[in-house]
Amino acid sequence: MPDALLTVTDLKVHFPITHGFFSRIKDYVFAVDGVSLTLAKGETLGIVGESGCGKTTCGMAILNLVEPTGGRVAYRGKDITNISGLSKSELMGLRKEMQIIFQDPYSSLNPRMTLQQILGVPMKIHGLYPGRERQERIDFLLEKVGLAPEHGKRYPHEFSGGQRQRIGIARALCLDPMVVIGDEPVSALDVSIQAQIINLMVDLQEEFNLSYIIIAHDLAVVEHISDRIMVMYLGKVVESAPYRELYTNPQHPYTQALLSAVPNPDPRARRERVKLEGDVPSPRRPPGGCSFHPRCFCPLTGCRADEPVLRHIGGDHWVACHR
Amino acid sequence: MKDLLKKLKRRTNLVFGTCIVVMMTATAIFAPFLAPYHPVDDADLLYSEEPPSREFLFGTDSQGRDILSRVIYGARISLSVGLLSQLMNSIIGIVLGLTAGYFGKWWDDLVMGLTNIMLSIPAVIFALAIMALLGPGLMNVFIALGLTNWSYTCRITRSQVLFTRDLNYVKAAQALGYGKIRIMFTQILPNIVGPILVIATLGIAGAILMEAALSFLGLGTQPPTPSWGGMLAKAREQIFTTPWISIFPGLAIFTTVLGLNLLGDGLRDFLDPHTAKKI
Repeated sequence: MPDALLTVTDLKVHFPITHGFFSRIKDYVFAVDGVSLTLAKGETLGIVGESGCGKTTCGMAILNLVEPTGGRVAYRGKDITNISGLSKSELMGLRKEMQIIFQDPYSSLNPRMTLQQILGVPMKIHGLYPGRERQERIDFLLEKVGLAPEHGKRYPHEFSGGQRQRIGIARALCLDPMVVIGDEPVSALDVSIQAQIINLMVDLQEEFNLSYIIIAHDLAVVEHISDRIMVMYLGKVVESAPYRELYTNPQHPYTQALLSAVPNPDPRARRERVKLEGDVPSPRRPPGGCSFHPRCFCPLTGCRADEPVLRHIGGDHWVACHR
Repeated sequence: MKDLLKKLKRRTNLVFGTCIVVMMTATAIFAPFLAPYHPVDDADLLYSEEPPSREFLFGTDSQGRDILSRVIYGARISLSVGLLSQLMNSIIGIVLGLTAGYFGKWWDDLVMGLTNIMLSIPAVIFALAIMALLGPGLMNVFIALGLTNWSYTCRITRSQVLFTRDLNYVKAAQALGYGKIRIMFTQILPNIVGPILVIATLGIAGAILMEAALSFLGLGTQPPTPSWGGMLAKAREQIFTTPWISIFPGLAIFTTVLGLNLLGDGLRDFLDPHTAKKI
């Protein structure tokens, strides 16, 4: 894609399991194992998958909050995989461009800082909005996310979960980023508040021309905002398609199972339920061949032996399945 | 305010500890106004080894000096040794613990190895070794004790850092471009001061005991400067004939250390939300 803002190629994050004296490495957890994606300007990419499939680690690795083991992350064509190779000004420039919103609104705000500090200190570090402008900018951001400027002197514990998540969003926006990664931004909130936060994020996207990567385990959440959806299973991408295509024409059995699990508010609608048996295998020893084959409801003989690669099946639809 | 009083009522440790510590601190600060005599100059051999009386509340020692005045002035030495040496311990422990926990890898292994070595040497022996190297004197007591007891602070700090550094607000700070030093001192440290404070309070008590021990061995405060440990050391031969010479400085050490330990315990309960609920 020529106008890709962010390109991730074959990203891998393997966590060593250490043991005994001198931290001998015993084994690895293959948290993210070869994920590729592109994000265009103004686009929203949804990443879905069940717990433990490496969605969050993938987001963290893109921001380099977790060190990638392999692969390449490029922002505007510049390799940013290894931040220690970047100069300080390059790193600061990069940090300014990409931000993250966390799942848990309680552990994501420093309890000892007021909102003013939470929003103002990053601006100070980056030398943005000097002097009186900074206060104006803080008030502006607070109003944008639906809080009042006089809230600025308060501490995070004085706010509710939904309000705290708004603060988290304001913090992600305080440096005028281009890319915002939302790591399950609404899954810790009540359903009524989820809608508010999602709408807020959509509004902000239009206003500030943001690109989003929204990580979720709930398809219903990403369907409202995503242009494209990527389905992950055990650290790998199993299917990736534009949102409408994925909903109407899911190809991978795992995607089909996920979609059939989305609750439908219409009680008369009849739908086949595809149920999956068992749990996600341990990412420490992923099954050989297709990592989904032990739980697949239509395995082929080849699924045990060969690992399927992502193949293009028309449009922007990619799937990793032998069928 | 009412709530606070109610809460404090159920925390006898904290209240008693604070009272004792405040009292001792006030005694140390206002020593010249509280002491009826000068602790060194008012020596009169005609009144030596007087038992407690209205004139000399705690009696007098073998040189005829008022024991009450010497105990009051001794509080200055004991408390300042406790405070300053624990301050030094805390600074060393916090810096090493923070960096070890945050940077990890070989630096963590090194610091933890050093800490374990420090913990395996009996503190008195280590302090004695430093004193032997530096020679006796109050200034050297500060240094010796300040280098001896940082390992507890270091371990506590490190374990707290290991927990805190993976919290999302620290990750967010990283993503926002906070530098490593700034993360350590503005994001992590303010959120872990509770346990460090508790250890520091207990450490002050330990340092006071150690100072008394060093003075008892003749390495600490040099006579005629009044110090509780030193007074005990001189009085030990007369413990059966004139017990008041040793009882009162001993009581002073006992009360102060008890007060600090109660305060430390109380603070721990007060700052830890889990135990706070149970009370």
